[in-house]
Amino acid sequence: MTPFLFTFVVLGFSVGAGLLGSLLGIGGGLILIPVLTLLLKVDIHYAVGASIVSVIATSSGAAAAYVRERMANLRVAMFLELATTAGALTGAFLSGRVGGRGVYLVFGAVMACSALVMLRRMNSTQVAPVPEDALADRLGLHGSYWDESTGREVGYRVTRPLAGLGLMYVAGTVSGMLGIGSGALKVPAMDLTMRLPLKVSTATSNFMIGVTAAASAGVYFARGHIDPFIAGPVCVGVTLGAWLGSRHLMAKVNASWLRALFVCLLLWVALEMLRKGWTS
Amino acid sequence: MSEAPSSEPRPPQPASVMVPPGPEAVPLVPELLISDLLRYGVLISLSLVTLGTTVTFFRHPDYLVSSEALERLTAPHPVPHGLADVVAGAMAARGQSFVMAGLLVMMAVPVMRVALSLLIFRQQKDRLYVAITTVVLTLLLVSFLVGAAEG
Repeated sequence: MTPFLFTFVVLGFSVGAGLLGSLLGIGGGLILIPVLTLLLKVDIHYAVGASIVSVIATSSGAAAAYVRERMANLRVAMFLELATTAGALTGAFLSGRVGGRGVYLVFGAVMACSALVMLRRMNSTQVAPVPEDALADRLGLHGSYWDESTGREVGYRVTRPLAGLGLMYVAGTVSGMLGIGSGALKVPAMDLTMRLPLKVSTATSNFMIGVTAAASAGVYFARGHIDPFIAGPVCVGVTLGAWLGSRHLMAKVNASWLRALFVCLLLWVALEMLRKGWTS
Repeated sequence: MSEAPSSEPRPPQPASVMVPPGPEAVPLVPELLISDLLRYGVLISLSLVTLGTTVTFFRHPDYLVSSEALERLTAPHPVPHGLADVVAGAMAARGQSFVMAGLLVMMAVPVMRVALSLLIFRQQKDRLYVAITTVVLTLLLVSFLVGAAEG
């Protein structure tokens, strides 16, 4: 394979990863890293470095659309970014100190748990009332969004902001350690714990991922792990895919179908991570 | 693409609309400002990356035919990882340095977004969120410094 062809192959895979990532509220890094390392034989460090920049690209590209449609909750995002950036810093510190095996095992377990929780909630159709929360009122976190499928504005209330903050700290740490956006952890934290609607959770997660990833990208850049030859086409492809996804698919995709797809992906990634932790 | 753009339902605009002084006062909606920042930041970044990639292939015609070059490119090798290296490379019209500059713009976009949010919250006199946003911005800048210190 020539470098020219390689650039286009990477570009193609990146478009696919960006498309899927934008629909699920994840950065696409989870899909890209295995493709780059296993299929295209790229050194793992460069794959992770390219992934982290692509994560920013996905987030910013898709978030531009979500913010315009007022699907992302900017106040929730800013409040939770307190925890994700602090977590990303912790993760960057820890990445040099903790062995890869432990990280993979913990990561796999956390993902499997959140997949199972989401699966359980998918079966229960009745919606429990959202408990009152004084801090959420004080922070003005409640909001509303325009629901395309029913054609009306849907209001929602937010609860347990501190629990959300704690989970976001964990998500940020994972992001800093592994060079992924960790939207797979952010979406359940908002959706299940803070009770934001799934579409709002996905949009807000996408919006926040850029800031979390930027916090760890600085470290990867300084280490020389962001290689323009690989990160360049990845960045362009992923943004293109994410733009297509958020522009033309998001409004048409049914929420329960989206959730089912998301649960499948979570379980697959969890197994992959556990296997990697077990065998390494 | 859409058949009836005029009948498209429009979500109501948020109440927090800021009107800057001046004869041609255009209402500034925070959501639109942030969306534009993200959009144009990404566009500038991707233009630089595309330009750099094109320049690279023009300067290295062997990349189109030789598969040896690929092994050299995907194996571990030193990458410019200082701001000065990137600027110097871009000045010398090295394609990969343009790509790198584009990637750096991409990394700066979220930081600028947080800085813009800080200005918006300040204009809205929302002191609680000014404080929250300041902490987030500080943490972001610290993380870049940590990376620089480590590298």
